[in-house]
Amino acid sequence: MFRNLTYAASAAAGLALTSAPAMAQTLDEKVNEMFANSTGWFVNFIFSPFPGTTFPWIVMWLVVAATVFTVYFGFIQFRAFAHSISLVKGDYSDPNDAGEVSHFQALATALSGTVGLGNIAGVAVAVGIGGPGATFWMILAGLMGMASKFTECTLGVKYRNEYEDGTVSGGPMYYLTKGFAERGVPGGKILAVMFSIFCILGAFGGGNMFQANQAHAQISGVVGDYPGWITGIVFAGVVFAVIVGGLKSIAKVTEKVVPFMGVMYVLAALVILLMNADKIGWAFGQIFNGAFTGAGVAGGMVGALIQGFKRAAFSNEAGVGSAAIAHSAVRTKEPITEGFVSLLEPFIDTVVICTMTALVIIITGQLLQDPNTGLYMLDEGGATIQTIDGNKGVALTSAAFSSAFGWFKYVLAIAVILFAFSTMISWSYYGLKAWTYLFGEGHTKELVFKVIFCIFVVIGAAANLGPVIDFSDAAIFAMAVVNIFGLYFLMPIVKAELESYLSRLKSGEIKKYV
Amino acid sequence: MSAKIVVGYDGSEASNRALEFAVERAREEGGSIVVAHVLEWSAYSFLTPSELEERHKRRNEELARAKEALMDPVVAKLADSGVTVETAIKYGHIANTLSDICKDGASQIVIGRDGDNNLGARIFGSVAGSLAQTAPVPCTIVP
Repeated sequence: MFRNLTYAASAAAGLALTSAPAMAQTLDEKVNEMFANSTGWFVNFIFSPFPGTTFPWIVMWLVVAATVFTVYFGFIQFRAFAHSISLVKGDYSDPNDAGEVSHFQALATALSGTVGLGNIAGVAVAVGIGGPGATFWMILAGLMGMASKFTECTLGVKYRNEYEDGTVSGGPMYYLTKGFAERGVPGGKILAVMFSIFCILGAFGGGNMFQANQAHAQISGVVGDYPGWITGIVFAGVVFAVIVGGLKSIAKVTEKVVPFMGVMYVLAALVILLMNADKIGWAFGQIFNGAFTGAGVAGGMVGALIQGFKRAAFSNEAGVGSAAIAHSAVRTKEPITEGFVSLLEPFIDTVVICTMTALVIIITGQLLQDPNTGLYMLDEGGATIQTIDGNKGVALTSAAFSSAFGWFKYVLAIAVILFAFSTMISWSYYGLKAWTYLFGEGHTKELVFKVIFCIFVVIGAAANLGPVIDFSDAAIFAMAVVNIFGLYFLMPIVKAELESYLSRLKSGEIKKYV
Repeated sequence: MSAKIVVGYDGSEASNRALEFAVERAREEGGSIVVAHVLEWSAYSFLTPSELEERHKRRNEELARAKEALMDPVVAKLADSGVTVETAIKYGHIANTLSDICKDGASQIVIGRDGDNNLGARIFGSVAGSLAQTAPVPCTIVP
């Protein structure tokens, strides 16, 4: 996903700075300064740590929510895992509904919005700071996050708007309004409006500018330095063709290539693990050992825990509410079935893909250890672990994969660009849904949003707008504050749906078609 | 027992030949025919969020178009053929879906082929080829 990865972002920032013309630099600086002054308080508030620690409260907010949902629904992510897979396979789909949106399609589309830079670069940052032990906490948080997704996506389908022409609109803004009204709790409308505002801001920033910026950093890393606005114009043109021009072919190609890239990434990781099969036991030893002792990383065990939790929360968007928008288009009579399907999303994103990145970095020996003590050696600042070539962020992942296959860095660059593009397409949709919720549906209103979105693509790729991106990242997590607050009120509704469905499944009223 | 003959129909010349053939058989045997049209579809394809949102609407439009452009003219044309005509419009993999339609009491299936021996058909197989191998009832391929 998007979350500003300190190192990846600063690397990109460096590139953007050197490539931007002198005048743009001063303009960047002006915009940055203006933005930092007016929004800094908000960013600081969202990402502020608990007093006396370095643990951001927003991460705790997400992890606590995930734990509450896990317990409240009786470890649903484990109980319903096999059933979720049956649903995705279409075992319970009525053949007469063929041609409608399937569970698989809803899941694949939602995944293409979350799988991205976070899985590749973000994990490298987490392991680079928190050591192998961070992987353990990341997996744990990913498993917990499945329950958050389950809750929000069930509600997304249950309270979606279905229009006469057959189109649907769903997401937190709809369940916050309708669900709160149904429960007789006031304030739903206010929460929905807040959610929508944060969602639009997040769509322009983390879901757009940050992606464009990182895509440009990747391309210039491979082909050499050139001005960012060129990348920006090309990307904006393609995005424009898809979201305004309705050019299905490009979207179709991306939507086919992105899952392929994801599968290829995991396969490449598996091959590297097999090539180092003798070290797998050692790697897991490092992960478990590091998780509880810290093995010399900055901040020890707590440092590893913070990095792992942070990475999981930032990567799979569980609790943010964005997935509820994507999942709500599925054709089903039972909203809870989409909840089951959506819980696979953090599993694939975090437990599988993020873990693969971490394992490859660990097993290829990128992180340097003191040969005498076995502890990780820290670099001069004392904050991050020394790596073979001093690589950090996406460069670390690239080096780890390239140590086995030299050509993999090119594949990785293409993957990052495509992931960035598909994340932009997804977020343009999330932002649009929030926009139409606030301003109403209509061709002109929607066009205004889409054009602004494309302009931000160019700005994101060309400029180094750190504070702007920080602000929009903060906006994405502000979505989670509003959304989870609402989920606590609405979770009894999900529980009622769950119990009804499970009893009908047990009695045989709901049965397989194949 | 009266025979029910399924005809795979997509409006092409080949499918019209198959239809004529089937109507003749049905008339001779005093049976009925099912004119079946399958819209190619996979539940495992990838769509963008806005395509997901519009899917139900598009599906209705596609079904309406298939009925108007393909089925209604056929039904009108066969109105005084003396054969009972049913129609079926389904989504799915073409050969598999036609097979599924046959399972609903059909005695045979008739499909046309255009006789092209192109590269695509050689690599991916043709509907006629797959049906010849997988149809649950006797399959007649009309050249």
